[in-house]
Amino acid sequence: MKQAISINVNGADHAGEVEPRLLLVHYLRDVLGLTGTHIGCETSICGACTILLDGQAVKSCTMFAVQADGSNITTIEGLATNGNLHPMQEGFWECHGLQCGYCTPGMIIAATQIVDRNPNPSRDEIRHGLEGNLCRCTGYQHIVEAVEYAAAKKSGV
Amino acid sequence: MIPAEFNYARVSTLDEALTLLAQNEDAKILAGGHSLIPAMKFRLIQPPLLVDIGRIKDLSYIREEGGQIRVGAMTTHYQIEASDLLKEICPLLPECAGSIGDMQVRNKGTIGGSLAHSDPAGDWPAAILALNAELVAVSKNGERTIKAEDFFVDLLTTALEPGEILREIRINKPNGRTGHAYMKMHHPASGFAVVGIAANLSFNGNNKCKAANIGVTGVAAKAYRATGVESALTGVNLDDASIGAAAAHATDGADANGDLFASADYRRHLAEVYTKRAIAAAMKSVPSA
Repeated sequence: MKQAISINVNGADHAGEVEPRLLLVHYLRDVLGLTGTHIGCETSICGACTILLDGQAVKSCTMFAVQADGSNITTIEGLATNGNLHPMQEGFWECHGLQCGYCTPGMIIAATQIVDRNPNPSRDEIRHGLEGNLCRCTGYQHIVEAVEYAAAKKSGV
Repeated sequence: MIPAEFNYARVSTLDEALTLLAQNEDAKILAGGHSLIPAMKFRLIQPPLLVDIGRIKDLSYIREEGGQIRVGAMTTHYQIEASDLLKEICPLLPECAGSIGDMQVRNKGTIGGSLAHSDPAGDWPAAILALNAELVAVSKNGERTIKAEDFFVDLLTTALEPGEILREIRINKPNGRTGHAYMKMHHPASGFAVVGIAANLSFNGNNKCKAANIGVTGVAAKAYRATGVESALTGVNLDDASIGAAAAHATDGADANGDLFASADYRRHLAEVYTKRAIAAAMKSVPSA
């Protein structure tokens, strides 16, 4: 039986009816057309599908859309403001924090949570925070530098 | 991966959840969902009804009451990891929480869900056993407390009866000269414990061990107390030799799992090594007198 849900995504309200088994990542991509959130392993390991749910980074492949009813979600599409890249996006741009780009949306979302909780993270803390995000181009060094760039920019260094 | 169809009910009180459970024998409780949803996606289970307890108020808390630490079942791993109160009065809990899965999993997964699922490689069972916790289960017939050592029954099986929900975890506040540590070998992909050892030691004035509780996860079908290690440590001055001799009992009586990642022999070896490390780390954590 379908369930009515209402979710705010990147500042816009969306309402509709969904099957309970519809995963949040499929709702975002297939119902709302927000394909920036990627599907990787589908088993809560790779982190490509990471979004912010009421400010918490979570894997949207391991959650049903009905569980997000009434919540505020931020996806990669919602980070830039007025055409200006978010400091984390700028960091990935400036530090070459991506090669193929597949893991990038999840990496950037998870990284914003790391810096929100710890404005001046060490390299070890960044790596620990990104344990739930896999990059198969193995470009981790540049990703860590991108997060450092964003942390410095955010704290005005 | 799409799970089989199911009906979904979101409840706002524990009582509503208990009513639905009593009416639907095969219903499953949805907490953080980080064990249940993957199992449903693989179609290992196909529950006809999910009862979502994620919006029940007052199931997510950490507080001190009656000399005990009380943690609500829906408290997330991250809330425990970040709790200043627990870092001060029971640091084993935040230490264990911080080693679970990864940041995103810790944001959503809950201590109660993890314990009720009783994954053989879950981290919480080791810590809960080492802390001699009590688990509060509630059903339509009322409430009862279950000792941690009686809670884990078998693979993915706990002492919870049909119709019962785990509501709270209670831990006696550590006092005196005590030290704790949780040491695990992370599975590199999933973050689960290939082997995880939680040590909770109390000491007399010197280095003589007054009491030892050692919880072991990852080794066998269910987490267990390493009673052989505990008795070898109790009343003994702890040094490299006595710790090594005690750790040799880490898998006494346990039927070690073997899988593609770690054979049973390798798991037994890891259990001994990580037991030594956990005891040494627990000793280091004792506040200087």
